Amino acid sequence: MKKLKFSLIFGYAFLYLPILVLIAYSFNDSDRVMLFTHFSTRWYAALWQDAELIGAALLSFKIAAISASFSVLIGLCAGMVLHRYSQFRGRTLFVGLLAVPIILPEIILGLCLLLLFIASHDLLGLPSIRGSLTISIAHITLALGYVTIIILASLNRNLQELDEAAADLGASAFTIFWRITLPLLRPALASGWLLSFMLSLDDLIVASFVSGPGAKTLPMLIFSKIRFGVNPEINAVSSLLILVTILILSIYLLFVRKKAK
Amino acid sequence: MKKPLSNKINWFKGVLLGVPSLWLAVFLFLPLMLILKMSFAEAILAQPPFTALLNWGEGLLPELNISFFSYALLIEDNYYIGALLQSLTLATIATSCTLLIALPMVLAMIKMPNKWQNIFLILVILPFWTSFLIRVYSWKILLRNDGFINQILLYFGLINDPLPMLYSQFAVLIGIVYSYLPFMILPLFAGLKKLDYALVEAAEDLGAKPLTIFFRVILPLIYPSIIAGIILVFIPATGEFVIPDLLGGSDSLLIGKLIWIEFFNNRDWPTASAIALILLILFALPLLILNKFTRKSQKWQDLV
Repeated sequence: MKKLKFSLIFGYAFLYLPILVLIAYSFNDSDRVMLFTHFSTRWYAALWQDAELIGAALLSFKIAAISASFSVLIGLCAGMVLHRYSQFRGRTLFVGLLAVPIILPEIILGLCLLLLFIASHDLLGLPSIRGSLTISIAHITLALGYVTIIILASLNRNLQELDEAAADLGASAFTIFWRITLPLLRPALASGWLLSFMLSLDDLIVASFVSGPGAKTLPMLIFSKIRFGVNPEINAVSSLLILVTILILSIYLLFVRKKAK
Repeated sequence: MKKPLSNKINWFKGVLLGVPSLWLAVFLFLPLMLILKMSFAEAILAQPPFTALLNWGEGLLPELNISFFSYALLIEDNYYIGALLQSLTLATIATSCTLLIALPMVLAMIKMPNKWQNIFLILVILPFWTSFLIRVYSWKILLRNDGFINQILLYFGLINDPLPMLYSQFAVLIGIVYSYLPFMILPLFAGLKKLDYALVEAAEDLGAKPLTIFFRVILPLIYPSIIAGIILVFIPATGEFVIPDLLGGSDSLLIGKLIWIEFFNNRDWPTASAIALILLILFALPLLILNKFTRKSQKWQDLV
C-alpha cells in the first residue's frame, strides 16, 4: 500500500514538476533564462509588443475554430451513419480510414497531405496558395476520427431505441434528427469540438508540412524559437497557453459534463 | 442491429454517408496513394524535385517510369536501418517505462473513493490537453547544464560539476515517457474501473499475497487495456519527431526525424515517402492482426 502511494506521489510530481518550473521561470526578471533573479511580469508585457507572435496566435485560433467546426459536422455524419446502418458496402474501409489519423504518426499524415496539395495544385491550380486553408483541411482530417468516436459512443449510449420509437409514431427522418438526436448529442458535440480545437492548436508537424511560406501558426513560431535554446518570452506564452487550457478544461468540466449527467 | 427507418430517408442516408466518405476519399485515401506513387519516383534537382511516374513521350502510350531507387537506398544504406532499429529500441524502452510508472499509479487510484478518483483523473487529463510542444520544451529548462535540476543538485552539493543531461538519448527517453504517460494511464484506469473488485477481495479472503493477486487475478483481466495503452504509446513514440529534435543530441537519429530531414533538408521526397510507407506497413500489420484477435475475444465497442 505504502509503495503504491509513493508511486502516485512520484507520478504526479513527474507530471507537474516541468510545468510548474516553466511557469515559475516565466516570472523571472533575468535575461539569462536560467538564473532566477526576481519576480517580474516584463515578459508578459513584451508579448503584447510582439506583432509576429500575436499574428501567429490569431491565425492558430482561427484555424482551430474552423477545423473544429467542420470536423464536428463531418464527424456527426460519420457517427450517425455508423450508428444507424450496421451494414453498408465499404463499412470496414470507412472505419479503417477514420482510424488512420489516430494511429498514424503525424509526420506521415503531414507528408501525405502535402503531396496531395502539390498534385492538385499542378493539376487544377487549387489550392492557389498553401496556408490557413490547407492547414484547416489537414486538421479536420486529423481530428475526424476522434470526433466520430466521441459522437458514436454518445449515440450508442443515449439514443437507445428513441429514434425507432419516434419513427413508429410517424416522425420523419429529419424531424427525428432535429428534435431527438441533436439535443441528446449536444454534450458530445461540445466535447468533440473542444478536443478538435485543442488538437489543432497543438499541432506542429502536420501544419509544418502543409503550410506555405505565408502562414506560420503559433506552434510553428514557438518551435522555431525554442529549437536552439530557451527563450524567456516563450516561457510567458507557454504559461498563458497552459492557463487557457485550464480555463477551457474547467468550462468543459463545469458545463458540458455536468449537463451530460 | 438497426434497420433503415424508411425508404423516404434515402437522401438523408446519402448525405450522412456521402459527406464523410468523400472527405476520407479525397483527403486520406488519395494522399496515401500519392505517397505510394511518390516512393517509386526518383529525386532530382528540379521543381518539383522528383521524376514523373508516367512519361508522355513520343509514342501513343505513356511510358511507365518506376524506380526502386529509394527502396534500394533504404535497404543498402545502414543509416536508415540503424535509425529504424534505434527508434524501435527507444520506443520499446519508453513504453515499458510508462507501463511501469502508470500501473502502480492506477492501482493506487482505483482504491480511492470516487470523488478523489475524479480529481486525480482530471489531474492526468490536464497535462494531456496542454500543448505537447510546451511540455517537451519545459524539459529543456529542467535538463540544461544551467537548468533547474543541475542548479538544485549543485546547491545541495550533491555534484560539483553540472551533469550533461540535455541533448542525449536519456533526455529523449524522459521526454517520451513524460509526454505519453497519460496515454497509458487513461486506458489502464478505464480497464481497472470495469474490473469486478469482488474478485480481488475474494482472492484476498482466500489468503493470496498482493503480488499473486496482481499476476493471477488483475493482470489477466485488464490485459486488453494494457495492450491498448502499449499501442497508444509505442506507435507515436516510434515516429516521434519533436522530442528527439528538441531534446536529443546529434547522435539521436530516429526514424521520424529522418523523414523530416530527408524531406525538408535533403529535398529527397521519394526517400521520405518510402520511409513513411514502410513505417505505415510496419504499424498497420500488428494492428490488423490485433484487431482480428480482439474482435474474436470481445466485441470491440461495435466499432468495426
